[in-house]
Amino acid sequence: MKEIYLDFAATTFVRPEVKKAMEPYFTREFGNPGSMHSSGLHAKQALDYAREKVAKTINSRIDEVYFTGSGTESINLAVKGVARACKRAGKGNHVITSRIEHHAVMDSCKDLEKNEGFRITYLPVDKFGLINLEELEKAIAPETILITIMYANNEIGTIQQIAEIAKIAKKHNVLFHTDACQAGYELSVNVQELGVDLMTLNGSKIYGPKGVGMLFVKKGTPIVPIIHGGGQEGGLRSGTENIAGIVGFAKALEICQNAREKEAKRLTKLRDYFIKELFKRIPDIMLNGHPVQRLPNNVNVSILSIEGEAVLLKLNEFGIYASSGSACTSHDLEPSHVVLATGVPFEVAHGSLRFTFGITTNKKQLEFVLKALPPIVKELRNLSPVKLTLKDIEREIEKQKALAASVKVG
Amino acid sequence: MGKKKKISKKSKAKPAKKSKALHFQSPDGITTLGQDWFYSPTVKEHFFKPRNFLTNTSKTGLKQFNGTGLIGSAACGDVMRLWIKVDPQTEKLKECKWQTFGCGSAIASTSMLSVMVTENGGMKVEEALKITPQDILKRLGGLPARKIHCSVLGDKALRAAINDYFRQSGQLERVRGEGKKVIDKVLGITDEDIEHAVLEGAKTFEEVQHKTKVGVHDKACVPEVMQLIHYYRRKHFNED
Repeated sequence: MKEIYLDFAATTFVRPEVKKAMEPYFTREFGNPGSMHSSGLHAKQALDYAREKVAKTINSRIDEVYFTGSGTESINLAVKGVARACKRAGKGNHVITSRIEHHAVMDSCKDLEKNEGFRITYLPVDKFGLINLEELEKAIAPETILITIMYANNEIGTIQQIAEIAKIAKKHNVLFHTDACQAGYELSVNVQELGVDLMTLNGSKIYGPKGVGMLFVKKGTPIVPIIHGGGQEGGLRSGTENIAGIVGFAKALEICQNAREKEAKRLTKLRDYFIKELFKRIPDIMLNGHPVQRLPNNVNVSILSIEGEAVLLKLNEFGIYASSGSACTSHDLEPSHVVLATGVPFEVAHGSLRFTFGITTNKKQLEFVLKALPPIVKELRNLSPVKLTLKDIEREIEKQKALAASVKVG
Repeated sequence: MGKKKKISKKSKAKPAKKSKALHFQSPDGITTLGQDWFYSPTVKEHFFKPRNFLTNTSKTGLKQFNGTGLIGSAACGDVMRLWIKVDPQTEKLKECKWQTFGCGSAIASTSMLSVMVTENGGMKVEEALKITPQDILKRLGGLPARKIHCSVLGDKALRAAINDYFRQSGQLERVRGEGKKVIDKVLGITDEDIEHAVLEGAKTFEEVQHKTKVGVHDKACVPEVMQLIHYYRRKHFNED
């Protein structure tokens, strides 16, 4: 059976050219860059070269690039490292983030809030998943030290106005970190253009290896390590460097960024076609996220009256791999906090379905999905005692809004 | 991915790759080595070929049933509806039809329940009332730990349908109250106790256990307790 992998936001395969670039560093050039002999030196050179390549790609200084063990680790380092450094220096204890961040950001913030005396503002988003810049500016207080807002959302694909947020942060002298893990393939990660102080990227979303992350830290940014040891990565991230992984990451990022405009154009076309056809072929579905300001490779729809996991299992039988924000597919049995944050009722989040495209995605594959999905939906709706229509959902959203308004007044 | 394998034979829609009998389970109980499907073969079978589900929900189509029960809510992610036909002479369940909104295991466990109560000429009402989630689980060949709550709804929906049959047939004395239900059979802890613990702020199983001692001795009730905590948190706090 042919596999149609449409879950590239979960992870990507490693490009053959990336794998090839990594190969020498497993067995031949296996040295420790910290060693004084030639073997170590070769590893050190590879590391330096990779760092330079990344710096060039993201338009930063070489000494502003730090390698870590994952995107999650980079985020933890950025959020906790900056927050702790600033607090120790007496600069404040307030962090601003959004309600649709990845768990790495959200739970890091929650931990700071619960255990380290920080105050956290979780900015709401509108129905498209965008934060409100005025609200952001209003949330900034004298003790605000850090804003951490994701570049593009992994679930609904909404792209935030990063450069605008950076301007606001700068104006108020607050540091700004962005989680750009989903952005590396199709969006610009030029840190000068974005104006960010910190930025997280990782290998497993850009056709590089898993287990490698990167954190851009603008020179002069107060930050303390969360992992201590041998003092690698300028003392910010100890642990013997994963040379093969880092080499692979640098190569993968370079390729992605070089091809990104062309890929973005191609995928946008596919995305818009796919969304249009889904709406044509399946009644009572909703698009989650922004219609335009969204990742070119992201399609997220909620199919009313059925549950996402059941759809995934049926699609799996056709070799189609997608994902869902339903409660049953999450570890905590809660539906997607991102879809919920856009203001839709729980039943909509349970029926959410995400397709994320990538290098191998083509129209033929999508045609196959478009043929396979409608009968699955029909079948599951047939089994379901729930019969919701878009009107029901609209009514429910209005009701929730009215309730929220009355709570605010009261 | 990446490399394209050329498949000479026309691939059929259902691969049904047989997993070899390897006895390695991951610590979380979710995956078994060699499997390429998330659930047991029986769950898969019932998910893809659900038995006894109801398609004709017209008034005339529903006339033949003498009991119905509805449990759950779409907001919580699971809704189950059962229709039963009880033979008043023998008190046996002659038919059990259903509809389910939910994940793969919810659909499979309703399907399995409908088979269990109607096979071999039908189960007696009094016997059917005794069915527990564990009975359904056993017949399904198990479920991953965090999916077990999906089978808890089935027995509840069945009890609701049987109660409805009692009401419809005028046997009001037989209707069982949907009030307190003993969850922890060793300590006699009820669903009401768990609800109180949640209302007092307990959020996790550990916190509820700390307050009530539920599940300390009666390990079998743990999945049901977790389902209840989830349900009461949603009911009272509606939090995300």
